Amino acid sequence: MRRACVLCAGVALACAVGTAFADELAPARQAELVRLVRQDCGSCHGLTLKGGLGPALTPAALAGKPASYLKSLILDGSHRSAMPAWRAFLTEADAEWIAARLLEGFPDAR
Amino acid sequence: MQGKSSWNGTSTAAIAVVLLLSAGCAQHELRGSGDLGVIVERGAGRLQVVDTTRQKSIGAIAGLGDLSHASVVYSRDGRYAYVFGRDGGLTKVDLLRLRIERRIVQSGNSIGGAISQDGKLVAAANYTPGGVRVFDADTLEMLVDIPATYGGGQRAKVVGLEDAAGSRFAFSLFEAGEIWVADLSVPRAPKIQKFRNIGRQPYDALITLDGRYYLAGLFGEDGVAMLDLWHPERGVRRVLDGYGKGEQPLPVYKMPHLEGWAMAGHLAFLPAVGRHEVLVVDTITWREAGRIQVAGQPVFVMAQPDGRRIWVNFALPDNDKVQVIDTETRQVVRTLSPGKAVLHMEFTARGETVWISARDDNRVTVYDTATFERKAELAAEQPSGIFFTVRALRFGF
Repeated sequence: MRRACVLCAGVALACAVGTAFADELAPARQAELVRLVRQDCGSCHGLTLKGGLGPALTPAALAGKPASYLKSLILDGSHRSAMPAWRAFLTEADAEWIAARLLEGFPDAR
Repeated sequence: MQGKSSWNGTSTAAIAVVLLLSAGCAQHELRGSGDLGVIVERGAGRLQVVDTTRQKSIGAIAGLGDLSHASVVYSRDGRYAYVFGRDGGLTKVDLLRLRIERRIVQSGNSIGGAISQDGKLVAAANYTPGGVRVFDADTLEMLVDIPATYGGGQRAKVVGLEDAAGSRFAFSLFEAGEIWVADLSVPRAPKIQKFRNIGRQPYDALITLDGRYYLAGLFGEDGVAMLDLWHPERGVRRVLDGYGKGEQPLPVYKMPHLEGWAMAGHLAFLPAVGRHEVLVVDTITWREAGRIQVAGQPVFVMAQPDGRRIWVNFALPDNDKVQVIDTETRQVVRTLSPGKAVLHMEFTARGETVWISARDDNRVTVYDTATFERKAELAAEQPSGIFFTVRALRFGF
């Protein structure tokens, strides 16, 4: 019984930690991602994310698109458009964070 | 009495005029514009005006809107810069008075533009709405709107807009895979020749320095579409077809940029898309003349004005390097580290120096092109494009 409790507690702790990592990137990493999106994604999507060769990435433009779809586009690109795969630069957690921030209104980077 | 008061009136007026003229002279010395240029400060929406003889900034002009992708052409007298902003802004800037002369917002999203052979027409290449708009170079009055309509009536993004002889502009339609040549001899009644099925997704184009060959780089397949503007009746021809040799291309993080600087003699040096290569084409035979392995995916491949060396910068993750290739040996002779996020390079008219921007280090470095020594550094806020007035004297710049 005690072993099972320890096991359950261990699993619960691992889940909590796992969730925490997915939602909470270190502030320094967040700042890097903000700059990457504005400056480098911005090559095609615009520094203001209002679009260029690539479509706009404002909340209005992305309304209704699931975060999981955006995450997968970011990581693996698209064969139908000029969007490249960014897997070499981003972890899954990074891409999830970016997708979530794009949907709610991406932070400024200076 | 009457004589005395009229003398007072005249002399007061004369003194006022002299003071006004003096004030003007003190701010703006009498000078030429041939050695001037601008540096785009992309985050700040500002242009720095630079003197390439003194290698320093002489002033800045703010209020140019979204310059996150800005492109510049010059009036034929080298005095005015026409700045095409990402947000569709078109601003005529006086380099000698250091101020905005005129500004309009002509579209929702624009990528660049060109000025006609006679200097009278300025054309903007627009993404939104897709098409080309042409303006009077003096007043910026819009003279004609050319929607880039194709297929079932959609509008394509216009890329690779270049000026050609005889009031013509050549440009490409990204989604449509078309090249159009618009003759604006009668500006309000353009005659447009359309070349269809020229290749998948032309992403940019250049015109050779003689204004003869229009070369559109393709993104959707490996190849370059070539149109001989002396013989448009021959149609568009494919060159460097299948240069990727069927190999899976690398993800492209930034589109390469093409311009007349690709030419060194009769050879064109072009960026390969999705490969760590510079491609060499013989523009007499139009056959591949070789390829050069480089450190990353090229964005700008630029010949020095004398054609002796080619300077190359790169997309992520290699965007802190510049490589220099000797055109005689086709070898990389130098790898430089001008700073983080090298966005652009520009040569002075006869090429004794090249100015290189490093966006994330907030500086532009001036290099001696013969010795590779750093001659000067200028502070600039997130510098991107650098454009010198010598462009006023060339096709396609």
